[in-house]
Amino acid sequence: MGVVFGHLSDYASGFWYTVALTLASFLVSLLVGIVIATMRISPAAPARAAGLFYVETVRNTPLLVLLFLFFFGLTKVGLAYSIFVSGVIVIGAYHGAFVAEALRSGVGAVSKGQAEAARSIGLTFSQSLRYVVLPQAFRTVVPPIGNIFIALTKNTSLITVIAGVDLTSAADRLNTTYAQAIPIFFGAAVAYLILTIPSGLAFGWIERKVAIAR
Amino acid sequence: MTTSTARAPAGGTDGALGRPLVVLEKVNKSFGPNQVLFDIDLTVHAGEVVVVIGPSGSGKSTVCRCINRLETIDSGRITLDGVPLPAEGKALAKLRADVGMVFQSFNLFAHKRVLDNVTLGPIKARGVPRKQAEQRARELLDRVGIAAKADSHPAELSGGQQQRVAIARALAMDPKVIMFDEPTSALDPEMINEVLDVMTGLAHEGMTMIVVTHEMGFARSAANRVVFMDDGRIVESNNPDAFFSHPDTDRARDFLSKILHH
Repeated sequence: MGVVFGHLSDYASGFWYTVALTLASFLVSLLVGIVIATMRISPAAPARAAGLFYVETVRNTPLLVLLFLFFFGLTKVGLAYSIFVSGVIVIGAYHGAFVAEALRSGVGAVSKGQAEAARSIGLTFSQSLRYVVLPQAFRTVVPPIGNIFIALTKNTSLITVIAGVDLTSAADRLNTTYAQAIPIFFGAAVAYLILTIPSGLAFGWIERKVAIAR
Repeated sequence: MTTSTARAPAGGTDGALGRPLVVLEKVNKSFGPNQVLFDIDLTVHAGEVVVVIGPSGSGKSTVCRCINRLETIDSGRITLDGVPLPAEGKALAKLRADVGMVFQSFNLFAHKRVLDNVTLGPIKARGVPRKQAEQRARELLDRVGIAAKADSHPAELSGGQQQRVAIARALAMDPKVIMFDEPTSALDPEMINEVLDVMTGLAHEGMTMIVVTHEMGFARSAANRVVFMDDGRIVESNNPDAFFSHPDTDRARDFLSKILHH
């Protein structure tokens, strides 16, 4: 394990890059998820169709392919984003499709009467979503969103392949130099666990905190 | 026998009908292959209390839900205070704000305090400042006898208390008419009266009300008119005294004999 403790600062810089990428991508995935879920339950058929198209194309394509397509493809047409920003956009957009589906199931779990009562007091469709349905849907989707967050955290490791300097790439670089795969990647795994296990606990705490009696 | 206009308002009011407020003309509605409303003609005047009764599945609730367009109609016309119901959108939201609705299952917003349930509509749909909306909400909660529960969540209230909050929520919009869709059917017997008392109070104050209910006592004491529906049609429409003492149709007689016997 000497190689790990001798290079804690490499792990640390990769760790914080992973943390930043995770948080920024997760924020994007929530925004994308809300927009797409709203489209999927909209009264307007074209919006529903567009939302469905987004979900089915994005979640059924490998994240790695999307990363390559975005990062190398955009360069081809003369657009270029930094590695970090590309990662945030692609990882956020990809997991946004899953967030949208989780939210949609959450909306389905809010009784129909809630939306009817909201509309009956004169709220528009979007107001009834915003003030009545979504706040309740969020409470039922905390566990699936927690799963998506953890999956997203681990999936940020793919940024290694477009030369991101995250935790996995830090370990990979150390291994190239020292060829001690077992301690080096064991160290990386432990670092991911330091991130994911508290996240799981935090989502459990949020779930209990926002639970409402019905 | 199948007249659907009022013959005369019941005693207890001054007898003058207000302007036609809710007008249904030849309304037809189907759910898939099932037609549930047939050529419904119904006019509710300002200040009138119309009680709709009939066996379950007769279309009573659907009539209510069509009036604020929670259900769309297949043909015919519904106007509210002279304005035809608009299609989905801002205009419809604005119009719904004028039509109160009290549901059988209360449908209080489960994540909001009682007070916020009552203020949400005025603040978001009408743009009333929060402070003013809260003051009015407290007055309304006081009026329905539930002011002490303003900071509670709906799940902490009994059914009767929840339904009274729902009535306060509807009143907060200063609606032109309030519809009650079986407001006491989900309540324990001892809670029915606390809700009916509030409704009777409203009726006496001149609120225009359309009430779908099985509470015949309320129909007798508070209604100007009883509308009897069966199989998606309005079969009879009469003042409560006449309706209960000598219904015109066999169908109504049969229905009354079943529900009044026990």
